[in-house]
Amino acid sequence: MIRITGALWLGSALAVAALTVGAQAPDPVAEYREMLGDDNPAVFWELRGEELWKTPRGPKRADLSGCDLGLGKGVIAGAYAQLPRFFADTGRVQDLESRIVHCIETLQGIPAAETLKVRFGNGDDYRSEMEALTAYVVAASRGHTMAVPFSHPQEKAAYELGRKIFFYRAGPHDFSCSTCHGTSGKRIRLQQMPNLTDAQDARAAYTGWPAYRISQGELRTMEWRLNDCFRQQRMPDLVYGSEVAIALTMFLAKSADGGTLDAPGLKR
Amino acid sequence: MKHQAWAGALALLLGLSATAATAETALVDVLRASFKPKNQATLERLDQDRTQQACSTGRPVSGEAAVQIIMDSRDTIRDPADGRYLGDWKAGEIVAQNGRGKQYSDDPAEPSGGNCYACHQLAQAEVAYGTIGPSLMHYGKLRGRDAAILKYTWGKIYNAQAFMPCSLMPRFGHQQILDEQQMRDVMAYLFDPESPVNQ
Repeated sequence: MIRITGALWLGSALAVAALTVGAQAPDPVAEYREMLGDDNPAVFWELRGEELWKTPRGPKRADLSGCDLGLGKGVIAGAYAQLPRFFADTGRVQDLESRIVHCIETLQGIPAAETLKVRFGNGDDYRSEMEALTAYVVAASRGHTMAVPFSHPQEKAAYELGRKIFFYRAGPHDFSCSTCHGTSGKRIRLQQMPNLTDAQDARAAYTGWPAYRISQGELRTMEWRLNDCFRQQRMPDLVYGSEVAIALTMFLAKSADGGTLDAPGLKR
Repeated sequence: MKHQAWAGALALLLGLSATAATAETALVDVLRASFKPKNQATLERLDQDRTQQACSTGRPVSGEAAVQIIMDSRDTIRDPADGRYLGDWKAGEIVAQNGRGKQYSDDPAEPSGGNCYACHQLAQAEVAYGTIGPSLMHYGKLRGRDAAILKYTWGKIYNAQAFMPCSLMPRFGHQQILDEQQMRDVMAYLFDPESPVNQ
């Protein structure tokens, strides 16, 4: 119900915005946010994620309380503010989502392929456990300051790789991330584009993800965000938890250091 | 002595370019391992041509690299076979508005759009325009339509790299995003006195 009302309301707000943009452009998402007050439909994903986290599942009949997200087993408060990071047990840098997949596999005995059968939900009955679990863990870092670890050589290498990918132009349209996100104050149609090479913009953008997407009625994660950016760049399908996905997340997360997490956020 | 110095410089140059080539190969391999082909979006799309590679450094391009891009790109431009630059502005408007095409989520049987409005202001009445590129409002009205400006604008749409190295604009002709008739129609949208762009 919230979703349907929200989508309709946003639709008419966008129509108003289109008419009046020449003068003072109103921000329909900001108005929607104000209307909801402190409420965000993302809370339903957080609650579902909490239940998934705490319910014994899989062949090993275990819950996820033994999952180490970098701050020790079972510690989720503040963990997202220090991700991605190098994990000694896997010997590689992982983002939140690939780490959760790893925990589900090792603690509960559910193979990654099974968990990732539904990477991204459709806002309806086709639901992704990853979107719920991610929302739950991220919410426990609300108000925490981004401080991505940067002492391990692999963390530095991931950042450097992510930076290169950010500027990598390819495909029929010659697009890179920086085509849309490399200059300040630009829009595509009416949508403002954050300049992710600018610390202030990078913080504001990163700390609002994952987010409930009003237009999709779905909670979207950082893996989804990157995947859909690459789709629009005319690239093939970004593999969930791949080296490129993690490296690019590392570059963006590190660029957002010092920002205060306010996620899951609320987006257009 | 002079020869030795040249040989040394050449060896250094070759050494450096060999290192750079290895680094680029490694990067494209990482990319290929991190993507899966989906519908029309194959893994070949991750490969770079020389221009794309020169424009991926994160720094502005200058000097010889910039000249090289202009030289490479100039040679790719094909003027319309019959010398006719202008088509139907109404069809051009559809191309300018259409943001679909070449994404794995798009139907490859449908024609691609030019998505001009994503980055450019064109007709005054269309307020949903982007600002990554300059405003093109009153394009023909301000510039006239003599042979030189028609040829230049055609080339710019065909391959913008020939005029501005590392331009953010897609190479609509060179990369076969738009066909010749679509480009003629977009040209008419820019130049036709009846087009809303010139109202």
